[in-house]
Amino acid sequence: MTSSLHGLFVAAAARHSDRVAVVLPGRGEITYGALDRLSNRLRDRLHAMGVCPGDRVGIYVGKSIDSVAAICGILKCGAAYVPVDPTAPPARNAYILDNCRVAALIVESRFRAALETELEALGPLPPMLGVDAAGTADALAGALDAADRDAPAAVVATATPEPDALAYILYTSGSTGKPKGVMLSHENAVSFVDWCSEAFEPSHEDRFSSHAPFHFDLSILDLHVALKHGASIVLIPEERGKDPQHLAQLIDDHRITIWYSAPSILSLLAQFGDLRSHDGSSLRLVLFAGEVFPVKHLRTLTALLPRPRYFNLYGPTETNVCTYYEVVPPVPDERTVPYPIGTVCSHLRAKVVGTEGEAIAAGDEGELCIAGRGVMQGYWELPEQTARGFIVDPDGTRWYRTGDVVVEEAGGVYTYRGRRDRMVKRRGYRVELGEIEGGLYQHPRAKEVAVVATPDEEAGVRVTAFLSVREGAPPSLVEMKRFAAERLPLYMVPDRFVWLEALPKTSTDKVDYQQLKAMSQDRA
Amino acid sequence: MATTDEMVQTVKAFILDEFLPGEPADSLTGDTPLISGGILDSIATLKLVMFLEEKFGVVLAAHEVDRQYLDTLNDIAKLLAAKQR
Repeated sequence: MTSSLHGLFVAAAARHSDRVAVVLPGRGEITYGALDRLSNRLRDRLHAMGVCPGDRVGIYVGKSIDSVAAICGILKCGAAYVPVDPTAPPARNAYILDNCRVAALIVESRFRAALETELEALGPLPPMLGVDAAGTADALAGALDAADRDAPAAVVATATPEPDALAYILYTSGSTGKPKGVMLSHENAVSFVDWCSEAFEPSHEDRFSSHAPFHFDLSILDLHVALKHGASIVLIPEERGKDPQHLAQLIDDHRITIWYSAPSILSLLAQFGDLRSHDGSSLRLVLFAGEVFPVKHLRTLTALLPRPRYFNLYGPTETNVCTYYEVVPPVPDERTVPYPIGTVCSHLRAKVVGTEGEAIAAGDEGELCIAGRGVMQGYWELPEQTARGFIVDPDGTRWYRTGDVVVEEAGGVYTYRGRRDRMVKRRGYRVELGEIEGGLYQHPRAKEVAVVATPDEEAGVRVTAFLSVREGAPPSLVEMKRFAAERLPLYMVPDRFVWLEALPKTSTDKVDYQQLKAMSQDRA
Repeated sequence: MATTDEMVQTVKAFILDEFLPGEPADSLTGDTPLISGGILDSIATLKLVMFLEEKFGVVLAAHEVDRQYLDTLNDIAKLLAAKQR
C-alpha cells in the first residue's frame, strides 16, 4: 500500500521532531515538530473554510517557511496544492487559479489587491487566507491565530488519499497561448520520491538547497525527498538565487550537501562565483535538469568543484525525472557535445517511436515515450490535449509522448537530439513559442506575429519575434519589451523584435517558420 | 571625479550599446523599467553590475543586485550617489 506524499513527511516528523526541517537564511528556521503542528493547524483551517478531499488549493506566496507549511497543510487536508509563480503577472495567476477552480487560496498581502481585481473579472472569489509578509512561519501562524479568534477550527484527521488522488497541479506553457495544468497524483509523486531515495541515498544529515520556485517541478525533489528523510531544506531567496558570488558563500555558510537546479545558475557559479575563494566541501551531490548544460561551463564547474557526484537529470513536468546520467569528472578538454540524458529511472519504462508512434529500429532517432507509476494523470480539463499526449498499447499501457527526439545507444543510454514541436527551454523554463505569440498579438499595432528560436552559443537559445505593423511606425524595442514583460513571465520576453512589411508565407498560406528561422540566424 | 549625471549617461550608453542595439537613445528614459520591463535578464543584470563595479570602483552588496536598486536609470543614479558618500 503506497504511502501518501504527506505520509512520508508525517512519518519523518515523528522520528526527527527536533531536527531542523526548513531554514530561511538570515531569517530563521523551523523544526520538523513545529512544521508538523503548523501544517496541522492549516489543515484544520482549510477544512473549516470548506475545502474537501479532492479539491484544489492555490498558493500565491513568496518562497518561505510559510509556503512550505502551506504545502504540507494542503496535502493533509486531502487537497491538491496549486502553486503559482509570485513573479508572474497577476492576470496569468488569476487565469490558473480560476481554471482549476481552487476551493481556497493562501495569498500573501502584497499580491492580493492586484489578484482580486483580475479574479473578479472571471467569477466569484474563492475563500482566501491572507498572510502578511511571508518568511519564517510567523506570517502563517499569525493568519491562523486571527482566524481562530473569529471562530476556532475543529481538529480533523489528516487525509489518507487513494494513490490516484491528486497531490499537486503544476501549470506549464501551453501551445494555444494558455498555460495547462499537469495533474500529478500521490502515487506519481511518491514513486518519484522513492526513486530519488534509491538513487541518491539521502539521510537526515543532508541539507538540500531549495533553489527552484515551488511552481517548478524541481521543487518536488527539493522539498519532498528532504522531508521524507528528515533532512534540512535551505530556502534560497530569489535574489540570492541569481547572484553567483553570494551563492557560493551561502552554500558554505549553510553546509549544503545536495544542490539541484537548472544548469544556467551553475554556469554562472562556475564563471562568476569565485569558487576558488570558497570551500564548497559540504557538497556531495550536484544535480541539474531542465535544459542542456553547455559542456564548457560544466568542465569549469567540475574542475573547480571535483568532489561531489554530478548527475544530469532529464524529464518533463508530466513525468518528473525519467532518465538520469552520472557525469564523472574530469570533462575531457576535447569534448564539445552535451552529455547524454542517460538511462530510464527504475520506477518507469522508456521506448522510442517514429512520427506515427510506430516502433522503429534500435538506434534510430525517434520520440522518447515514458510509461509507469511516475507518469501524470493528464492535463486539467483538457481531454483532447491529454489524449494527444499519450500512445495507448493494446494491453492498456499509457506511454507519455515527451516530444523530445532522442537516440538510444549501448546500455540503454539515451542522447537528446531536439524538440519535435515548437517548445524551447529558456533559463530552465519550458516555453511554447505559441504562447509568446499569443501575448504579443495583444499589442494594438501588431498585425501578424511569429516567434522563432535559434541556437545561441552564449545563451543557449535566442528568441526572435517577427512582426508586421498595423499602421504607422513600429513601436520601439523598449516599448515591445515592456509590453511583453507586462503580459508574460520574464523568461518569455523575446531577445529581439524584428518588424517586417509582411511575414513570409508558405504555398499553403501559413507563416513560413523555416524562412524566419533562417532570417533570424542571418541577422546575428 | 564624475558627477552622478555623467555616470548615468555612461551607464545609459552602455545599456543602449549592449542590450538595445539599433534603439534610438531617447526611448531609454530615467524611468524606463529595465529588469521588470524585460530589457535586462539575470545575465544582463550581472553584466551591468560588473560594468558599474569596474567603471566606477563601487561594490554592490548581494541585496543590491535586485530590481529594487537597479530597475531604472534613476534607481541606478540613486545607488551610485549613495556609494559616493
